[in-house]
Amino acid sequence: MTEWSGYLGLILQGAVVTLELTLMGSALALVMAFIAGLGRLSRFFAVRALATLYIEFFRGTSIFVQLFWAYFVLPFVGLSLTPLQAGVLALGLNVGAYAAEVVRGAVQSVGWEQREACIALNLGRWQAMRHIILPQALLVMLPTFGNNAIELLKATAVVSLISLTDMTFQAQVVRAQTGSTLMPFATILVLYFAMAVVIAWAMRALERRLARGLDGIRV
Amino acid sequence: MEWDWAFVRQILPTLLAGVRITILATLLGTVVAAVVGLAIALARRSSNRLLARTVGFVAEFIRGTPLLVQLYFIFYVLPDAGILLPPLVAGVIGLGLHYGTYTAEVYRAGIDNVPRGQWEAAKACNLGTVQTWRHVILPQAIPPMIPALANYFIAMFKETPLLSAITVLELMNQAKSVANTYYRYVEPMTLVGVFFLAISLVSVMLLRWLERRYGRVEH
Repeated sequence: MTEWSGYLGLILQGAVVTLELTLMGSALALVMAFIAGLGRLSRFFAVRALATLYIEFFRGTSIFVQLFWAYFVLPFVGLSLTPLQAGVLALGLNVGAYAAEVVRGAVQSVGWEQREACIALNLGRWQAMRHIILPQALLVMLPTFGNNAIELLKATAVVSLISLTDMTFQAQVVRAQTGSTLMPFATILVLYFAMAVVIAWAMRALERRLARGLDGIRV
Repeated sequence: MEWDWAFVRQILPTLLAGVRITILATLLGTVVAAVVGLAIALARRSSNRLLARTVGFVAEFIRGTPLLVQLYFIFYVLPDAGILLPPLVAGVIGLGLHYGTYTAEVYRAGIDNVPRGQWEAAKACNLGTVQTWRHVILPQAIPPMIPALANYFIAMFKETPLLSAITVLELMNQAKSVANTYYRYVEPMTLVGVFFLAISLVSVMLLRWLERRYGRVEH
């Protein structure tokens, strides 16, 4: 039993990698979500087409296939990525595509009278988006963004298959070294669930913070 | 590195053998998910609060942890308890359980969306429990669920490459093995991506049709 602490340390090292991946992947996903989501609402056909292409491509294939493609195929076309880079890139682009649809839906859900008011006040498109539409749309996006972040956390387990030493990879190492299966896998299941609960809680807190002062305005 | 059509022709039969397993796993997983989801949804509505709470927590737990780790758990931990499953069976159970927790929410929403008046009318007409469900509730609850259920089954189809991690010889695993044999990754990985993308795009069209056919619930 005494060695468990050493193996637990190994799994916790993996947990740090999982957290790093989740944070960096979420950051990339957030950026991609706004670029592609707003791109789909663009005035210009080319921008709309490009955004739709990106979204359909990344939603149409699984994260696993994209990750393997990024890690194994890109080197052949002269772009070598470390496992971490490939992981962040695939996770961010994949979840970003899902979140882009959330951004589009939320922006479209802002009432038409708000846009008319913007026109009446002579706001430009950018001003209207920045000061009127996005602040209201953001609140609609948050709960789904929380779910997207949890999906991203769960998807990080896949990077263990391209030899990135995340939590799942370390659990496999522990399994190989000790022959014990219940302890490593039960431990990481609990840790993943704990992380998911923290994300859900943090998103709810953020939502409450942003909703402050909006009571009675939104239906 | 050049795209080599002769190599594509050479590996195509192997990949098609993988496609068969991928489709088989998806279909079996769909059946398991549909049944497990209904069981979870009914258990959560149960008047036995201990049962409802326990099932609710287990479902939350499964939804908050990665499918890959659950597959490892089923494949590596259960044999220690004397349950030795073939890889495909373990994979189907994993897929079915994981997506069952998602479809449970669809069932729940679908049943909750049947207006209260329908339950009362069924009672007023002196229908029994089974008659109420069979003739009044389910015929109204199921059609709006169909697009949402189909959406999760498409998502499950895209997750089947994860089964390669527990040695199921589905499409991704076949592609990996031919890639490792010939040390050519571009063609197999790209073909896998194209296959999933093609099926997904067709499924999206099917989904749009289902949505038009069965409509969405208006609030």
